[in-house]
Amino acid sequence: MNIKNLPLVQIRNHRVSHTLNSSCSHWDCFNIYRCGRTGHDRIAVYIYPLKKYVDANNVPLTETISREFYMILESILKSKYYTANPYEACLFVPSLDMLNQERLQLNLTSSVLSSLPYWSNGQNHLIFNMLSGSAPFYSSMLEANIGEALIAGADFNTYSYRVSYDIPIPMYSSFAHKAEVKKIHNRRPWLVTSSQISIDSYFLDELQELQTQYADLLILDSCQSNNYSKRCEVETQQLFLYPDILQKSIFCTVFRGERMAQLVLLEAMAANCIPIIIMDGHVMPFSNILDWQRAAIFIMEDYLHTLMDVVKQISQDRIQEMQKQVKFLYDSYFSSINSIVTVTLDIIQDRVYPQWGKNYDDWNLRPEERQKNPLFLPITASRSQGFTALILTYDRVESLFNLVRNLAKVPSLSKVLVVWNNQKKSPPLASSFPKISKPIKVIQTKANKLSNRFYPYEEIQTEAILSIDDDIIMLTSDELEFGFEVWREFPDRIVGFPSRTHIWDNATLSWKYESEWTNEISMVLTGAAFYHKYYNYLYTTSMPSEIKDWVDEKMNCEDIAMNFLVSNVTKKPPIKVKVHC
Amino acid sequence: MQAKKRYLLVFVSCAFLAYCYFGGFRLKSKDKNSEIDSLPSYLDFHSMRTGSVSKHKEKSISENTHLCRMETCFDFTRCKAFKVYVYPPDENVVPGESYQKLLSVLEESRYYTNDPTQACLLVLSLDTLDRDRLSTDYVRNLQLRIQKLPYWNKGINHLIFNLYSGTWPDYAENRLEFDPGMAILAKASMSSTNIRPNFDISLPLFHKKHPEKGGESGSVVSNNFPLNKKYLLAFKGKRYVHGIGSETRNALFHLHNEHDIVMVTTCRHGKNWKEMKDERCDFDNKEYDRYDYEVLLQNSTFCLVPRGRRLGSYRFLEALQAGCIPVLLSNGWELPFSEVIDWNKAVLWADERLLLQVPNMVRSIPPTKILELRQQTQSLWDRYFSSIEKIVFTTLEIIKGRLPMQLQRSGVVWNNWPGALLTLPQFSDSAVDFPFSPSPRLGKFTAVIYCQLGTNLVPSSSLYRLVSNIGRSKYVEQIVVVWSNDKRPPVKSRWPLLSPDIKLTIVQSSNDPSKPTISQRFYPHQSIKTAGVFSLDEDTVITTDEVDFAYKVWLEFPDRIVGYPARSHFWDDAKASWGYTSKWTNEYSIILTSAAFYHRYYNVLYTEWLSPLLHKTVEQSQNCEDILMNFLVSHVTRRPPIKVTQRKQYKEQPSTGSRSPWNDPDHFIQRQTCLNTFAAVFGYMPLLRSNLRLDPILFKDPVSNLRKKYRQIELVGS
Repeated sequence: MNIKNLPLVQIRNHRVSHTLNSSCSHWDCFNIYRCGRTGHDRIAVYIYPLKKYVDANNVPLTETISREFYMILESILKSKYYTANPYEACLFVPSLDMLNQERLQLNLTSSVLSSLPYWSNGQNHLIFNMLSGSAPFYSSMLEANIGEALIAGADFNTYSYRVSYDIPIPMYSSFAHKAEVKKIHNRRPWLVTSSQISIDSYFLDELQELQTQYADLLILDSCQSNNYSKRCEVETQQLFLYPDILQKSIFCTVFRGERMAQLVLLEAMAANCIPIIIMDGHVMPFSNILDWQRAAIFIMEDYLHTLMDVVKQISQDRIQEMQKQVKFLYDSYFSSINSIVTVTLDIIQDRVYPQWGKNYDDWNLRPEERQKNPLFLPITASRSQGFTALILTYDRVESLFNLVRNLAKVPSLSKVLVVWNNQKKSPPLASSFPKISKPIKVIQTKANKLSNRFYPYEEIQTEAILSIDDDIIMLTSDELEFGFEVWREFPDRIVGFPSRTHIWDNATLSWKYESEWTNEISMVLTGAAFYHKYYNYLYTTSMPSEIKDWVDEKMNCEDIAMNFLVSNVTKKPPIKVKVHC
Repeated sequence: MQAKKRYLLVFVSCAFLAYCYFGGFRLKSKDKNSEIDSLPSYLDFHSMRTGSVSKHKEKSISENTHLCRMETCFDFTRCKAFKVYVYPPDENVVPGESYQKLLSVLEESRYYTNDPTQACLLVLSLDTLDRDRLSTDYVRNLQLRIQKLPYWNKGINHLIFNLYSGTWPDYAENRLEFDPGMAILAKASMSSTNIRPNFDISLPLFHKKHPEKGGESGSVVSNNFPLNKKYLLAFKGKRYVHGIGSETRNALFHLHNEHDIVMVTTCRHGKNWKEMKDERCDFDNKEYDRYDYEVLLQNSTFCLVPRGRRLGSYRFLEALQAGCIPVLLSNGWELPFSEVIDWNKAVLWADERLLLQVPNMVRSIPPTKILELRQQTQSLWDRYFSSIEKIVFTTLEIIKGRLPMQLQRSGVVWNNWPGALLTLPQFSDSAVDFPFSPSPRLGKFTAVIYCQLGTNLVPSSSLYRLVSNIGRSKYVEQIVVVWSNDKRPPVKSRWPLLSPDIKLTIVQSSNDPSKPTISQRFYPHQSIKTAGVFSLDEDTVITTDEVDFAYKVWLEFPDRIVGYPARSHFWDDAKASWGYTSKWTNEYSIILTSAAFYHRYYNVLYTEWLSPLLHKTVEQSQNCEDILMNFLVSHVTRRPPIKVTQRKQYKEQPSTGSRSPWNDPDHFIQRQTCLNTFAAVFGYMPLLRSNLRLDPILFKDPVSNLRKKYRQIELVGS
């Protein structure tokens, strides 16, 4: 992008009244048919070429484009959503810097917008705006005529924000970078810090009243000089550096002012200071996807006097939890213009293609919290379905037949699946198998691999698989039936008979496999074990290839690998069923 | 030599070019950076000031109630305690069936008050559910009746429930035929543009036969993977031919392929359908009759939920219950309780404008996501929708969470098992303190011995033996003796000597010793600080190994009751009621609290969450508290309790004390009665059966006893 020598466009400044469609929603104002012309399920975003707009008297629309807006355009340009072709675009971004209304000639802006070639009353146009309105009324809606355009705005209140249409974004502060902390720390002598400059006198009075009882409440304001990076204590005039002081407090207040948008929110988050939001009617940034309950405290303006009571009630655990969440949110979604733009476009992407959209967990959970048991519904698995016995065999036909005869006696057996892993020899003819009342199905594999044992064969139509070696014939039908009963109560675990454990060997400084009689177990061998079919799918699709290849190459340890897999997703040990022999 | 020079020259010029290229690039980018840096910021930091909040003090009770928000239209000063008042019934207007159930849920709830001055929320006894003028349940002159209400006050702090608004032909969403003023609307079929954010609450549409309490469980009984249902996507329902909402349903036949997508509609409804019918009707009706609604619901992976005349439909809850993943075709509908429930985890959104893309969309959903969505439909159905009670309580909890000074539940609590209604935020603000957290904080345990008999204590008394056996456990932190009888507890010096880090606390349960209250044994006493509670009777006989082993098992199942003596419930066909048995059977569903571990949080739920009716039953019979605890835990976890192995020939007989309630035949009958009362109050039977028992790994294995960790368990008991 070249920002010098922009083409000059003169626009006739005609008065346009402010007609924003306040009832717009994604379902009526957004033209969905403009999306999907690229052939892939991704929105395409077009940016109008940068131009310098002047009015009839050659007065420019804005002095010059701002650094932040330049960065927004650059982020879109580099994003996976960008397209240079307006005819395949689903979303249009006017390259008009409307971040701050006070830098704009409103009427001219409206005229420029309506002169854009693909404007059609703002349909599918996205406008970034951080400060709307101007003195003295500070409207919380951009006052240019933007028609049906969507606003990614920071200054919304619940009246101006069009749910399911606009996107609430944070008000960007370049000071936030100076406040950033690398690691969560607790060298924070202040409990609560109020650092905004000239807050409402009602708020200040309440705070000062609280300060008489609580010494760990710090109230700052500007010093004599109008310098954003210096703050003074209101009473003592003691000097503090800003935003450094935010790193010294556990909680930081964010008060509403003339405007809704406040810089301190981002600065406090960067400093890992948990925000206390005292702004009735404010729409929090990205509140349509983020759960702020996990990262901020909310106090109603009329209840400011309860501030310290509320804060003192919060447990240390909760504080640490919130600090982690503040850091996570800041690092992932707020730390740069680029992340803000990316999240904004991601939200629109998810609206247009909801089937690929992210859910609460995807947006709000930290990576370490994300893993969830894939079989999370607490149910006892059905008995009537029975189980499928899966026998991996090579050539021990006689032993296999004995096993099949034995299995046939188990009431809940639904089907026998023989996985014939020998390519040199054909499996025995179906007619030669023992005659049993349950179906037997033989699958001839293409290669003699152990992972064939854990393949999610279509022939397995039950939830439960009994994985059993062809030489395990000592288990009685009662024991197997009971094993199945136990599995039904723990369908997310491996439930089986022979068990092993692992121990840390201090001498060799490595893990040791233990098959002795021990008081603890950590593995149940898949030579005779029940588990859910889902794990076969998981083994085949998600097992790290290093492990899978190792197992197939060495022809060993597939059972250990399976125990790793299941325990890793459930965070639970397997269950051993007693054999009485 | 020449060649060398030439090569050198080539090399040098290459190097120069490379320098120019890369160096030049760097110069250029540096130039660009400085160009950006030279740009001004969009704001001038040094002139930034917060400034005063205009209109702050004048709490603008706005004229336009469409702009109501909690901070402008709700009086928080009335909510020091969260209490709900219900107006006395108006004899002239009897509420409909659904509204009657709704009111009775409120009146039985722990939030109910009959004093309007104490109430934070007020609920009308006038039925406002059906505001369709053409409907039989429509209450006339509602506007007048409401204005006569003594505490109406423009509707401030009132909560109004509504399922249908508007009528033929436009079914206007806001047309209630009365002015709800500043009341909070809990209303079905709301659109996201009309709902007042964080003020109104979107309700699901439910049938007249929707149960008051309990409710059916979800239909999903297995987690087959991949799901492989007969149909991929199904819909069977009315079509309107004309008027609002007809477009979407009229176009559905395009998707019907008779194979895996079944979309059948009928226009055979209403009085004069024959006059209105279009050219497709006859054909459609034939196709419609070929399929059974219930069969489709149970045999389809996805169920289309298109808008009807209004945005919501019964179909939504029906599909949810059936585990048929709803595919929404109702542009702009604000889904039920969307303020707290993340529906992206349970449904798919389609767009009415892109109807023809729906088949492709559902075909592209991977089986892993289907598994997730389907399980979540069941979870949500069971926790928030299966009864009117749950729907009403969810509404109340959402409003309660908006009050100042209230602890709030995060979305994680709302959207995961066991859900917000069973997670009391006042217990703790940290997830690790709850038993169902993925990584709960467990630590050691507190033994709570309930002394109801107060037999004269001699040094060899079983109580003393019990205390000393527990004292020898490595995992005990504290022993609390709940002294609930008319005798005086023994002085400190008479108790067995315990290791110095184990604290012995005696709690005398009530000031009036003639009235021992049995609920004391599950009271969340201040002194219980550990997550694990080991509940015991004074005459329980147990070895230290048994204590340790049961505790170790409980650590793996901290959300369940883990313990020794087990009982079972069964359905008695002859009496058509629940029966209770202590016989040795192959199954059990109750673990007696005479020797059972459970999480401290259940004490809080037992005391603060259970309906007052249940407490009354226990207090009146001075019995059944353990059954109630089992009901509660099974209700929360939807899992059976866990029985651990005990010493052979352990007799569950009480010691010689002749006053033991266990010798009383009436006691048994009473427990049977409790079982049925509890089931009635819960609205269903929460107990679940298990047929397994957990043994120590080496239990009875042919290895030396010395290698076993829990040796005493294998010895024959006295």
